[in-house]
Amino acid sequence: MSFDFAIEGEKLMMLVYGIIGFAAVMGLLLLALGKVDSPKDRWVAIGFLAPAGILLSIGLIYPAIRTLTLSFFDSSSTSFVGLDNYVWMFTHAETRETLRNTALWVLLVPTLSTAVGLLYAVLVDRTRFESFAKSLIFMPMAISFVGAGIIWSFVYAYRPTESDQIGLANQLVVWLGGEPQQWLLEDPWNTMFLIAVLVWIQAGFAMVVLSAAIKAIPSEITEAARLDGVTSSQMFWRVTVPSIRPALIVVLVTISVGTLKVFDVVRTMTGGQFRTSVIANEMYNYAFRYDEDGKGAALAVFLFLLVTPIVFYQVRLVRQRRKEAR
Amino acid sequence: MSSEGRVRKRLTSRTASLVAIVIAVLWTTPTFGLLISSFRPELEIKTNGWWNFFGDPQVTMANYEEVLLNQGLLSYFINSLVITIPSVLFPVAFSAMAAYALAWTRFRGRDWIFIGIFALQIVPLQMALIPMLQMLSPVQEALIWPYPTATVWLAHTCFALPLGIFLLHNFISELPGDVIEAARVDGASHARIFRQVVLPLIVPALASFGIFQFLWVWNDLLVGLVFAGGGPDNAPLTVRLAEMAGSRGQEWQRLTAGAFVSIVVPLIVFLSLQRYFVRGLLAGSVKG
Amino acid sequence: MASHLQRKLFALVGVAALALTATACKGGNTDTGAKDKLDTPECAAFTDYKGIAGKTVTVYSPIRDADGKLMEDAWKAWADCTGVTVKYEGSAEFEAQIKVRVDGNRAPDVTLIPQPGLLESFAKAGKLKPVGDKTKAMAEKNFTKDWLKYGTVDGKLYGAPLGSNVKSFVWYSPKMFKDNGWTVPTTWAELITLSDKIAGEGKLKPWCAGIGSGDATGWPATDWIEDIVLRDQGPDVYDKWVAHSIPFNGPEITSATDRAGSILKNAAYVNGGYGDVKSIATTTFQDGGLPIVQGKCALHRQASFYANQWPKGTKVAEDGDVFAFYFPAIDPAKGKPVLGGGEFTAAFTDRPEVQAFQTYLASEHYANTRAKTGNWVSANKGLELANVSNPIDKKSVQILQDPATVFRFDGSDLMPATVGAGTFWKGMTDWITGKSTKETLDFIENSWPK
Repeated sequence: MSFDFAIEGEKLMMLVYGIIGFAAVMGLLLLALGKVDSPKDRWVAIGFLAPAGILLSIGLIYPAIRTLTLSFFDSSSTSFVGLDNYVWMFTHAETRETLRNTALWVLLVPTLSTAVGLLYAVLVDRTRFESFAKSLIFMPMAISFVGAGIIWSFVYAYRPTESDQIGLANQLVVWLGGEPQQWLLEDPWNTMFLIAVLVWIQAGFAMVVLSAAIKAIPSEITEAARLDGVTSSQMFWRVTVPSIRPALIVVLVTISVGTLKVFDVVRTMTGGQFRTSVIANEMYNYAFRYDEDGKGAALAVFLFLLVTPIVFYQVRLVRQRRKEAR
Repeated sequence: MSSEGRVRKRLTSRTASLVAIVIAVLWTTPTFGLLISSFRPELEIKTNGWWNFFGDPQVTMANYEEVLLNQGLLSYFINSLVITIPSVLFPVAFSAMAAYALAWTRFRGRDWIFIGIFALQIVPLQMALIPMLQMLSPVQEALIWPYPTATVWLAHTCFALPLGIFLLHNFISELPGDVIEAARVDGASHARIFRQVVLPLIVPALASFGIFQFLWVWNDLLVGLVFAGGGPDNAPLTVRLAEMAGSRGQEWQRLTAGAFVSIVVPLIVFLSLQRYFVRGLLAGSVKG
Repeated sequence: MASHLQRKLFALVGVAALALTATACKGGNTDTGAKDKLDTPECAAFTDYKGIAGKTVTVYSPIRDADGKLMEDAWKAWADCTGVTVKYEGSAEFEAQIKVRVDGNRAPDVTLIPQPGLLESFAKAGKLKPVGDKTKAMAEKNFTKDWLKYGTVDGKLYGAPLGSNVKSFVWYSPKMFKDNGWTVPTTWAELITLSDKIAGEGKLKPWCAGIGSGDATGWPATDWIEDIVLRDQGPDVYDKWVAHSIPFNGPEITSATDRAGSILKNAAYVNGGYGDVKSIATTTFQDGGLPIVQGKCALHRQASFYANQWPKGTKVAEDGDVFAFYFPAIDPAKGKPVLGGGEFTAAFTDRPEVQAFQTYLASEHYANTRAKTGNWVSANKGLELANVSNPIDKKSVQILQDPATVFRFDGSDLMPATVGAGTFWKGMTDWITGKSTKETLDFIENSWPK
């Protein structure tokens, strides 16, 4: 018998212990923080930041430092090689190709998914089937990458003209009287088709966050605009978009950062072949498949550098907000 | 705004519905194709398109039988729940606390800490796995617990914090300052303001971050594989489903059904959390 | 209000503390003085493995699902008799995950590793333990030097061979051959004549192939090249090529690649059922040979394990729907070159129960038990043909045990991973989609780690 109540019970007890432990930690912390509260905020702030700070240090800060160090060492991480890995990265013949593709991904995925998500959120807002309609767009997010891979291989599959098509895209082409295409073969179009997959997944994220933001627009504002007799498109551009600007920025930034890191789509659909590779995919290959820790680490550091423009933008944003608050 | 205006309004609302329907169809068709495929026999799936189903409906439950009646699936299901629930609770709570501190307490350097945490989002998960394993293994041994589940919780929590803090900070810092100032003047501690004023106001934000964290953990394969291993004692559902394709991927048609088995729980979570996205909850809290 | 909350919180903390104490107490019992059953008659075969009862061995490998289950069934009797618990885990992400686990101090006790190159790098990094004396003796008794050398690093045996597969097979449909009056070719010349004949008749293309395999796209094409280097140049050149003592873009490999191209890049020959030459790159390896059962293709060069890919109900036998013949040699006088692969049992720890398990897996008792559970081939000399379950596995075992056979291990598993799991795959994919042989081989040569 494969189902053992004792073992399953033990697992569920683990869950209970975990939640009790968590509640105890949170409760004690908030209790203690209530006691030490004083006009000076520093100690309270440290207390509030402590759980996140400790976990971030072991989970991300230490690994980030380790990666930076590794990038100056050779493939087996034993001897110091200075900037060799970085020199290799920029002289490597395929770097141009992966850079071009990464740029395409980072430009297109955030803009397209945000545009679709926003448009859809506005269109279905306050309609009768809103909940159902939203779950349709949300569904791709709920499907695992394994499932998404199969779904899209069914869309892009190719069979020659004389046989039955199994891919939807080619069947449509054939119905319209065209020749079936090998979608994933010719660059740069193949990258576009891969990008479509991530847009399909991320639009749900944009839609949910933006929809929540739209709902937070005070109804006085929309009512006032409506009384002024604005058209739907005026309402969209002059009321909705400005009111949800912070949420829009959050969505764009989050998807951009996520897109820089993402490689599952590329890895499962083409394996980075046919000139579709992106930096994150190369990083994974070098660090885990080719046993070239130094080069993999250098690529990871490079990814980190690519995000600095967004970080600077955030710095500006935070400063602005402070000024406004004052 | 005479009759002309009204006609135009109706027209845009008609195109609006049309656009919404087109998007919905585009977004649903691929998944719908997979749903149809999951009920088709193996040979049919592999030799012709799913739309042929309507001309020649051959229905089989074989894929679902393989997936559902597979030994121990329930066990993996429980593992997934045991992994996911704390992995959503921890980061939501810790992120909210950190975001509150970064938005509403005053101390030097807080903006830089916020920017630093934001930048950590880019640290690729893959690069963090090995050092984290090295650090967490002793923790697990210290706990003397035979299941590595606790380390999975901590791993998921670590990876979720930068995004969580970033998202929630944006909501929390938009809350009206006078409410919080007034509470401070009344002598309320930060802990109390956080619990009684801030938390109720940011429920929609907590719900949306919670949903995405839930999805990410539920569908995660990598963290589960690395920290929980692949055995029936600890491994999540995704690990088992991925394995079902067979050693050389020969049984991949089973994954069509697998995808729908694992989508059920996230959809339920989404639909049940939907009610927290209610209009007006944040109304009056937006500046201006 | 505040004090009420406080009381509740303290109660919670108390419960949590109790819970943790209870857990800590439970963690203590690992060895409960378990006993073996070696004195019972059904355990007579295992009396060499005494004194390890109550211990646990963890095993990690890429073998999973049905194959993993069959394997666990095969060693179950040993585990029951000796009282050892074998915790098995198979994963699709093995190649990357094993590295993460080893570096993260969570290595399994035993790994069944299909890449001698990976085994070598773990051995050189000091992570693997050489096999114990008993395992070594068992492996030397049951496997040929050809096989043992792939598990040996710097003169020490780290991995005992386990399962094997034969890659030098061409799949075909016996029925289609019979209906058309074709005969199974036994020489390279006959193979080409037959291909020309099928192509000339114009009913179907003679060959079909698929090299798509997600993140491993390209590997089936590298098998083609390896198989043809063995035939076109012979095993000595093959060994030099794999060890990089001759360049990847030299005349030997160029000649072999062009010969492979005379089939794979010949528009008259490929790609039966799928379209033009380029469609080989986007067809998955799982689908590659399926046009044979649909009557759209006649020949498909692929390993013995392709037997699992045929649709359910397809009879795999010499008189069935599909079967495979030996990919013929160009010059039969030089022997019978066979390309293949397999796994090696290597260990990261050297506890007695781990070594005992390794010894058992190398034994003829395990080989025969495993063969009886089905769907398995090994080069183990003690494996009796009668225990091998299906026709294609029987044929594989015959080839592996044939004295005329010159066996060589899949070269891409022996080369540095940058090439063997990287640029070789990528290069061959580009080659299929139009790059010239010279450009392709130059690209791979330049990527070889210095």
